[in-house]
Amino acid sequence: MTKAVLRLNGIEKAFAALKVTDCLSLDVLEGETHAIIGPNGAGKTTLIHQISGVLAPDAGRIHFDGRDVTDLPVSARAHLGLARTFQITQVLASFTTLENVALAVQASAGSSFRFWRPAEVETPLNAAAMAALATVGIAARAPIRAGALSHGEKRLLEIAIALAQAPKLLLLDEPMAGAGAQETHRLVQTLGELKRRYTIVLVEHDMQAVFALADRVSVLVEGRIIATGTPQAVRTNAAVRAAYLGHAA
Amino acid sequence: MVGSARVASLAAHWWALPFEERLAVGLFLPLMLLPVAALGLGGYLLVIGERAMILAIAALSLQLLIGVAGLISFGHAAFLGIGAYAAGILASHGHGTLVLALPAAILSSALFALLTGAIAVRSRGVYFIMITLAFGQMAYFVASSLAPYGGDDGLTWPTRTLVFGTRVLKSETVFYYVALAALGGVYVLMGRLVGSRFGRVLRGLTDNERRVEAIGFAPYPYRLTAYVMAGATCGLAGFLLGNEVEFVSPAYMHWQRSGELILMVLLGGSGQRYGPIVGAMTYLLLEESLARFTEHWKVILGPLLVVVALFGRGGIAGIIERWRLGELSLAMLWAACGAIARAQAKRVMGGLRQAEAVAAGALDRAIPRSKASAAAFVARWRLSKMRVGEAVVSLALIVDRSISTTIARWRRR
Repeated sequence: MTKAVLRLNGIEKAFAALKVTDCLSLDVLEGETHAIIGPNGAGKTTLIHQISGVLAPDAGRIHFDGRDVTDLPVSARAHLGLARTFQITQVLASFTTLENVALAVQASAGSSFRFWRPAEVETPLNAAAMAALATVGIAARAPIRAGALSHGEKRLLEIAIALAQAPKLLLLDEPMAGAGAQETHRLVQTLGELKRRYTIVLVEHDMQAVFALADRVSVLVEGRIIATGTPQAVRTNAAVRAAYLGHAA
Repeated sequence: MVGSARVASLAAHWWALPFEERLAVGLFLPLMLLPVAALGLGGYLLVIGERAMILAIAALSLQLLIGVAGLISFGHAAFLGIGAYAAGILASHGHGTLVLALPAAILSSALFALLTGAIAVRSRGVYFIMITLAFGQMAYFVASSLAPYGGDDGLTWPTRTLVFGTRVLKSETVFYYVALAALGGVYVLMGRLVGSRFGRVLRGLTDNERRVEAIGFAPYPYRLTAYVMAGATCGLAGFLLGNEVEFVSPAYMHWQRSGELILMVLLGGSGQRYGPIVGAMTYLLLEESLARFTEHWKVILGPLLVVVALFGRGGIAGIIERWRLGELSLAMLWAACGAIARAQAKRVMGGLRQAEAVAAGALDRAIPRSKASAAAFVARWRLSKMRVGEAVVSLALIVDRSISTTIARWRRR
């Protein structure tokens, strides 16, 4: 019996007259990789913002790990184990790669209201950070300023930061965006290894990546989910073909 | 021969020290020796030194907000005044003793920071500047209306703070070293703070707030704590400032004073911990030397600060860091200095225009183009005791030139 790590219950969001999320319900089950796809303007980013806490829904409830988190801010949801990456890479450019991840470890390892001891030499923080960097394969870049990393490496660093938060759910917002063919290959490979250990919500445009990684796929069109199922079922779904894949076919 | 070998090994040791430590020695050793120099050159030097160190403490506390937390407070002088008033009021009631006055100065500033910061820290950018300015001016007007404690005229302390019943602080030399110790303590404290877990969160928030929030840190408690710490530290500076002159007035809290503190931080460079100390010293020295030069010294100081704001990215510390990273070469600076000296000689011979051209040319080669005109401006001021009219004209020329280089750069893109 698998439980739902994330449960969206009839959430709605409108910007003026435009309904961006329209009575949307969705369960993300423990251990699965759940992809959310949809054409541009379908409301994917707005949905991600509501899950992570940047935006509050107008109606409906969001449950995470058995708790109602609808009214919690971003940082509190992160504390509960909701880790995310951003569509446009967000790393601390002036920090080293290691320090970027060490700060994430610090968030869940004791108080950060400590004012005297240099954080740089806290071995437990650094060890955990190195482990996360090693998982995504950029441990060799640890001492380099994050601002000097390549685009693909920054994407991997963001994933390492999320892993360092000891997450119960990874929320990946278009992790392949802007990546070249080589980088995409590397990212898909890394995510392929992670999916066995983590519950993942993957919002992605790259269909090949989605069909390679996802256990289930939900198709979002005009703020509503028109189909949820295995990649195979979604691919052959008539409504999906008409609304979405129809453009390509 | 043994002697020279020892000197060489000492020198090797010296250069093997990390830059931070060499810098601390370079900053604090002269300050330690200043009282000795004052014996020969006059006690006035001691007073200037005290003042510079006290304002450096205030600037260091503001640096925690501007440089580390990314919050530009325009009401920071309020804490200077609150610290001085707290100790001064106690003294006027006959309780001017260290064990009471120092905690009172620090805690009352911290409390004011907590109350005003609770509101101000919720905002960012221009709004934060305006709110802190408003709170600063509020404190200023409250002090002006404190009729029992002198109101507008200020409050004269009966004496400097007593240390366990003794008047040791009355000695200018003792007080000087107390101020120096306080500055050293605050300098070390700030260094530890920036590198600590707390400092790391603050720096992260300044770098990329979204990222740090997504990791699980709510910005508000961290920023508020930083604000209270900065306020309390500035309260310590206020306590010392009041002691130095045995007087406190609302003018301590005026927004102009807050502006001066910001200038000190920016002039010295907000990116480095030593920046505010260098900035406070430079500001005071400029003020002292320019005031001696003409009574309209603000006419010169103003444009100079404009020039620093326009061209001196990172302030004096920024220039030092650029030099360390090899972006500015010492040889070139040396050549420029030589050219300035030669230009000075030529000017004496009478060829003013030519000399300036030589100096400007040399500086052009030493420092990237856009900064050259600013440096030439400084050089020219040093060469030819510049008059007010001249200052205005050269400032206009600098603005003209910076605009034209910007346009040229923009066209190239």
